[in-house]
Amino acid sequence: MFKQHVKSLLLLELLKGLRLTGRYLFAKKFTVQYPEEKTPMSPRFRGQHALRRYDNGEERCIACKLCEAVCPALAITIEAAERADGTRRTTRYDIDLYKCIFCGFCEEACPVDAIVETRHFEYHGEQAGDLLMTKEKLLALGDKLSDEISRDRASDAPYR
Amino acid sequence: MFLESVLIFAKIIAVVAPLMIAVAYYTYAERKLIGYVQIRIGPNRVGPRGWLQPIADALKLMFKEIILPTKANRYLFIIAPMLSIAPALAAWAVIPFADGWVVADINAGLLYLLAMTSLGVYGVIIAGWASNSKYALLGALRSAAQIVAYEIAMGFALVGVLMAAGSLNLSAIVHAQATGYGFLGWYWVPLFPLFLIYFISGVAETNRAPFDVAEGESEIVAGFHVEYSGMLFAVFFLAEYANMILIAALTTLMFMGGWLSPFQGTGLEAYFAWMPQIFWFFAKMTLFLLLFLWFRATFPRYRYDQIMRLGWKVFIPLTIVWLVVLGVMILTHLSPWFASTAG
Repeated sequence: MFKQHVKSLLLLELLKGLRLTGRYLFAKKFTVQYPEEKTPMSPRFRGQHALRRYDNGEERCIACKLCEAVCPALAITIEAAERADGTRRTTRYDIDLYKCIFCGFCEEACPVDAIVETRHFEYHGEQAGDLLMTKEKLLALGDKLSDEISRDRASDAPYR
Repeated sequence: MFLESVLIFAKIIAVVAPLMIAVAYYTYAERKLIGYVQIRIGPNRVGPRGWLQPIADALKLMFKEIILPTKANRYLFIIAPMLSIAPALAAWAVIPFADGWVVADINAGLLYLLAMTSLGVYGVIIAGWASNSKYALLGALRSAAQIVAYEIAMGFALVGVLMAAGSLNLSAIVHAQATGYGFLGWYWVPLFPLFLIYFISGVAETNRAPFDVAEGESEIVAGFHVEYSGMLFAVFFLAEYANMILIAALTTLMFMGGWLSPFQGTGLEAYFAWMPQIFWFFAKMTLFLLLFLWFRATFPRYRYDQIMRLGWKVFIPLTIVWLVVLGVMILTHLSPWFASTAG
């Protein structure tokens, strides 16, 4: 009881706290200066979606609608039809990025590795509708990033 | 007569303009220091190393709309920030920055300061009342009760100083500390408990962490200034920081020998004789200003009843006891501090 009074009167606990924060004042800072510096990123990073093509230029998606079925946020909408050469293809493949939760289930579900999530996360929309991805936009992004996408899949393949 | 008033006006500008700049860069220092304690680096985007950040903040606040709440009392609402900044600036009139460097060298300097620092609370109370908002009112009530409690402890601490120095004039108080024993000759040694109590009460008076219940973000949003925006808010902000700088200056003057060199009377005195007096004053002030920030970065907010207990049941009895001890020290002419004090 007496000891406690002396302790609080001499502000011992408070000085201890000050010493601790004083030590942190000179500690090495781990702030990352974001636009200039970036943190390392995993090949499994789940960013913006893209639709891939085979090397011969044929789109991979066969409109099986597994991604649509698995999507927990109901962000994917697919319509399918038979193409002139008799194969089954999508006529519509929309991803609503407002709804998407970037869980990566679509990528997991895809039997032909058509829909993927890329490292690309620094995107924005300037008008209403810019973030409603259509088949054209998804394929265009897949074409643009195709090297990066295949590199990431290849580096992750041994662990799958 | 005319020339004299121009001179006084120039002196006031010479004190207030650097004070405003000091306030701006004190906020920058605060953000940097708290950032560093939290292992961040703080503002560094506006200008080199973020040096223009306070200017950007000031410009932002100037261009923001001042919102008058519909049911608020318009006149009091606008007067409140002025009532809070006016005493914070007026108090600087009696602060001697160096020997003789003072706007108004009045003999009742200490009383004037007590009056001015107490007036500051009216700004807070009126702001809280005029806002017609429950959080603002709660903040104002808390602030009023807290300031009443700590004003007494602060006043008693100052009684100790004036007993020791035998004068209410701040320049005389500093001169009385020139005992020739360097920094050990200043009043912080014989008045150590009063020194601590004065500084802690100062933190409480300026509503700073850990005594910031009047703002208490997590409890009552922003306390007395919830309803204020734009320049009116900025004025409260200026007042708070000007008050912090004032408390640091007062602690320096009354306990840390003001503009006196810490090596006075020691072998090192000659080596530091070229240093201007004002340098020592600012160096000591900076020390206390950093302490304010360090406290804020370290301590969680006191619970309301703990603040009251500390004020009434710890500080006031302690100061009274120490006044008796001080009386004995003065009567026995304890060397070196009271060797020449009349007693």
